Amino acid sequence: MTAAPTSPGKDELLRVEGLKVHFPIKRGIFFDHTVGHVQAVDGVDLVVSRGATYGLVGESGCGKSTLGRAILRLVEPTAGRVLFDGTDVAALKGEPLRHMRQRMQMVFQDPLGSLDPRQNVESLLSEPLHAHGLGGGKAGIAEKIRTLLDAVGLPSAALRRYPHEFSGGQRQRIGIARAVALEPDLLIADEPVSALDVSVQAQVLNLLEELQERLGMTYLVIAHDLAVVRHISDVVGVMYLGSLVEQAPADDLYEQPLHPYTRSLMSAVPVPDPGVEERRERILLAGDLPSPADPPSGCRFHTRCPWRQKTRCDDEVPVLRELGPGRLVSCHWAEEIRDGVLHPRSPEEALHAGAAARPAPETQPGDDDPSPFLGRDQPLPRAEQG
Amino acid sequence: MVQTGSAAAGGLATPVLEVEDLAVTFARRGEQPTRAVDGVSFSVAPGETIGLVGESGCGKSVTSLAVMGLLPRRGVQVTGSVRLDGQELIGAPDRVLRSLRGADMGMVFQDPLSSLNPTVPIGTQVAEVLLEHREMTKAEARDEATRLLDRVGIPDPARRLKEYPHQLSGGMRQRALIAMSLACSPRLLIADEPTTALDVTIQAQILELLRELVVDSGTALVMITHDLGVVAGLCDRVHVMYAGKVIETADRHDLFARPRQPYTGGLLASVPRLDSGRGTPLTPIRGSAADAIPWAEGCAFAPRCDNAQDDCLTEVSGSTVPLEPDGPGRELRCRHPLEHPSAPAGASAFGTDAPGAAR
Repeated sequence: MTAAPTSPGKDELLRVEGLKVHFPIKRGIFFDHTVGHVQAVDGVDLVVSRGATYGLVGESGCGKSTLGRAILRLVEPTAGRVLFDGTDVAALKGEPLRHMRQRMQMVFQDPLGSLDPRQNVESLLSEPLHAHGLGGGKAGIAEKIRTLLDAVGLPSAALRRYPHEFSGGQRQRIGIARAVALEPDLLIADEPVSALDVSVQAQVLNLLEELQERLGMTYLVIAHDLAVVRHISDVVGVMYLGSLVEQAPADDLYEQPLHPYTRSLMSAVPVPDPGVEERRERILLAGDLPSPADPPSGCRFHTRCPWRQKTRCDDEVPVLRELGPGRLVSCHWAEEIRDGVLHPRSPEEALHAGAAARPAPETQPGDDDPSPFLGRDQPLPRAEQG
Repeated sequence: MVQTGSAAAGGLATPVLEVEDLAVTFARRGEQPTRAVDGVSFSVAPGETIGLVGESGCGKSVTSLAVMGLLPRRGVQVTGSVRLDGQELIGAPDRVLRSLRGADMGMVFQDPLSSLNPTVPIGTQVAEVLLEHREMTKAEARDEATRLLDRVGIPDPARRLKEYPHQLSGGMRQRALIAMSLACSPRLLIADEPTTALDVTIQAQILELLRELVVDSGTALVMITHDLGVVAGLCDRVHVMYAGKVIETADRHDLFARPRQPYTGGLLASVPRLDSGRGTPLTPIRGSAADAIPWAEGCAFAPRCDNAQDDCLTEVSGSTVPLEPDGPGRELRCRHPLEHPSAPAGASAFGTDAPGAAR
């Protein structure tokens, strides 16, 4: 099932090329003018193979949801192409676009907010079928809906009930049933389980996997929870500030993350096992995500990177390059970091190095924060190991 | 990773907080009263961190609010005993509670934005605690506030003092909130899901900060969370709650290695782990927390439990399921616990029966 994400060919379902989504920042009341752009997604390329699951991870504000929505044209891309089964979705309009949407559906994060409170389940599930003229008349649709409910594990008594009468997990099942009703080829799930309780999360994850197996769907799963993404994905892409920094087959990525950001992200995830927790390497990142309206020059991660070097990082934008089969990384020093030639600095050292490299105006004596960004934290000392 | 002394963990030191048989009932006219917390007991020693774990609706947050005396008077009945350094808090007059809150006990809430006043600068909010509880002049309070913000890792604290909550990032707001709760070096800190709203890299920073505070100042920390990973890294003892009652108590190593309550085992088996590969099956717990039955009728978890048998119901056994000692330092509320050492936690024949279980 796992196909090398870079091999072009017949079995690719979705190809995204240089996708950019910029949101204008407007000022003024009567004559508003654009004072800048939030570069939510800034040049993303990715390929999803048919029948596979592509997991997209990143912290909030990294543009992962916007990317998912831009693929479905729920937001207009600023530039770039989205090839779905060979057709450029970004160029479609009107009726052809509507028809194309039949083949790509979405499951949203907030199960209550994405279901109309005044429609009962029957109406919610039959709407997509009516809209696309599918299902074969009243009897056909009724039959189809019963099968759907059965598939997502809801009783048929649910048909006459309204969204507020269900628990969170059940609502998410309704959302999934609605998305699956049209038997789409591609299902984009934006944080499908993050609003659910842990014991219910596993039910929904298992349901998604079961449906994929049965219907042969392709998934693009967007989540901030690395453990969830690892569990469900064949290929994982890691986003930081609007671009992909690393992409790899799931197990490879988790075995050996290559990009410094991926390594820090992995080291920050707590594991429910005290033994592992005590041995776990912790790389604490300094500070917060910089503003996507004013991203750092060069490598976007350089302001927080524990492996930042004096050369290249600050001024040269790294490209996503292939380091192994299916392993894409955008870091100038990925090989050196992998081979252990370069060592991470503790966050204070990283900041001191930063302070030396930049002029630091307006800072008080003894204050070593060089950051011009709003929302930048000072680091904590590294954890004692062991 | 720093381990607190075994004396503290073993309960030899005098506990800072003792909660005994705490019960909270919400009553509304024309409705059946809801018992959100039902006979919860625990204690925390100086420098110790305990975890209250459970899913939403299990009563963990209500427990913390009851301890702090923050529940409304109207329609809420709180019984039992909460003692802070031996002083009884339940039924204590507002004046007394007010002098304790902020000074001897602090609380960090889940959502830092809605727990800070949006119209008042951060500095004023931090200084307010100092002016209220420590006899300081405004200038002294200001200096102290700067020092506090610096201590929790906010860069350029002198400038940040004048800023409003919306100007700070989520991580910094949470730091500011922690700074406020630490202003008077409280003996007890209650953190209610302090990192749930934050990203993992920021979560790691905040947890590190809390860990240091406990070690440096000997503060007793009550950590309320649903994230078993956070518990595994931070807490000395763990109390698992379900439907208002503690159902299992254990040292963190014991709990994760040998969960005895099927619910605890089920939780551990249903969480995807970063260190297990694709295809590792998840075994969810059937149904949802809404399926609980009242404790008076039997074990509240019985409807979702794979080990459940007839005598889990009060009708059959004649008594409600008690919380009993279960080996050294452990307590358990279950008649048919998981057996160890061979089978991994939660590996049961019915585990994957999820879809049929949603009712």
